[in-house]
Amino acid sequence: MRKAWKTAAGLALTAVMLFPVYWLINVSFTKDTDMRADPPHLFPSDGTLEGYRAVLDQQLPYLGTSLLVGFGTVAVTLALAAPAGYALAKLRPRGGGVLGFVLLIAQMIPGIIMAMGFYAVYLRAGLLNSVAGLILADSTIAVPFGVLIFAAFMAGIPDELIHAALIDGASRWRTFVSVVLPVSRNAIVTVSVFAFLWAWSDFVFAATLDGGGAHQPITLGIYHYIGNNNQQWNAIMATAVVASIPATLLLILAQRYVAAGVTAGAVKD
Amino acid sequence: MATPVTDRSPAVARPPAGERHDAAARRRRRAEQWQAWAFAAPVVLYLGAFYAYPLYRNLDLSLRSYTVRSFVHGGAPFTGLDNYRTVVADPTFWPALTRTVVFTVVCLAFQFAIGMALALFFRQHFPLSATLRALFLVPWLLPLIVSASSWSWMLNSESGVVNAGLRALGAGQVNWLTDPRWALVSVIVANIWIGIPFNLVVLYSGLQAVPPEVHEAAELDGASGWQRFRWVTFPLLRPVSAITILLGLVYTLKVFDIIWIMTRGGPADASTTLATWSYRLGFGSLVPRFGPGAAVGNLLIVIALACGLMYIRVQRGQQR
Repeated sequence: MRKAWKTAAGLALTAVMLFPVYWLINVSFTKDTDMRADPPHLFPSDGTLEGYRAVLDQQLPYLGTSLLVGFGTVAVTLALAAPAGYALAKLRPRGGGVLGFVLLIAQMIPGIIMAMGFYAVYLRAGLLNSVAGLILADSTIAVPFGVLIFAAFMAGIPDELIHAALIDGASRWRTFVSVVLPVSRNAIVTVSVFAFLWAWSDFVFAATLDGGGAHQPITLGIYHYIGNNNQQWNAIMATAVVASIPATLLLILAQRYVAAGVTAGAVKD
Repeated sequence: MATPVTDRSPAVARPPAGERHDAAARRRRRAEQWQAWAFAAPVVLYLGAFYAYPLYRNLDLSLRSYTVRSFVHGGAPFTGLDNYRTVVADPTFWPALTRTVVFTVVCLAFQFAIGMALALFFRQHFPLSATLRALFLVPWLLPLIVSASSWSWMLNSESGVVNAGLRALGAGQVNWLTDPRWALVSVIVANIWIGIPFNLVVLYSGLQAVPPEVHEAAELDGASGWQRFRWVTFPLLRPVSAITILLGLVYTLKVFDIIWIMTRGGPADASTTLATWSYRLGFGSLVPRFGPGAAVGNLLIVIALACGLMYIRVQRGQQR
């Protein structure tokens, strides 16, 4: 009986916490004419799919760009972070401590300041308004985190496993690819999940480095929508709902890795 | 491998086996060092190209007088600390700094308190506990533009659900985002909501590390729930709490998206913090002021790094 009460309290707390998310979904189905109803309709009864139709009509290219940027960022992050994490965890390079320290510091630099520096660099390099430039900029959010996660995870791989491969005559690289990487699957998933989510949600770099490009990510799609068109809130909210799908999917599919990633960043170093 | 000298004079001769061993070991160690750095090299190069260089450019920006023209064609005159002087003398500076501090402290206090309460609640075992706890992560995972849009519409003066609720309770309309007295409160509320999941997850995992026997012992001694928390759980959780707050501090100082999307720092600067001010100076208007924008940014970096170093000190101290 007491447990049932706790579950009820838990449900109530969750409902309060998720109300803004529910409201987003509710408004995305609300008809324009009901948008300013007083009191607002609490359920999308007599709702409309207009908003979602608008998404399909106008936002698909933005979603495509975001997918591209997301996967590109994951690729760049994994390619850079996994070998470096292995080096820090197992190969003990002299000066490795300094590198770890720099990576920790790198995570603390505000994105908006990085953006300004990137703008100055990209302007000269001709990378403004390009998907590649956005991928590189977005990867700066995930790479230091990725190296530290890989290092923390790979430190737990038994040395015997690595030595056995080396004694069998495999090169360091070969050992890394065919022994270390396969057993690091959890770390790979965790880093990929976060790299993708951060790139997908990035607004600062998109707004500063890709504001005038032909291929803009969905965060800018929503932002322009709010700016140009603050009447059609169902379409804005429908776009927001669609833009949240990756986060929702990842939460369902990779729940354990997400929670692990949040705590690993804070507690383990 | 023998050296030429030892070849010619066998009497002086072969270094003892141990020494030869040492030489070989040294060579192997050196080869290992090269290999280790070969694995780390891409990230080192990357840090140089995509952290150090942009930051250097940002520093350079803040020390020169840039116009749109000179930005493209070069030739901006070096003006030393002029941009910093301009920024500090600007009437926006002190209020923005104060607001940054208020925003950060209030957000942290509420996120931590609510996160802690929820962590304690979810530590109890009841059906659906794990599922509901996972659902609490949703606000943290949503793109910030999504959360900010949702809050903007909820807080809309005439049509927002928050004011509709207040009306139902008999309260008057509050212009959350357009009244200078409420704009900062509004962005703080939205940011607290976003930060709760992080605090919940980290504190929850900290609680998992507190052995249940300690609790049972306190319970047997007749300690009440609050006493157990105040005198047993909370002190044991202090290291994790310190890390959570300091990391939250570093994150909250740089909050930009939420404020910019909800209010753009307005009305009349009422919700302008250092982060949004820096952006507005550099990108937010038709006549960009890159130099002062970069100067504000660099001041923010100094503050963030000071907090960051504090975090690292505390964390290192705990590992020992």
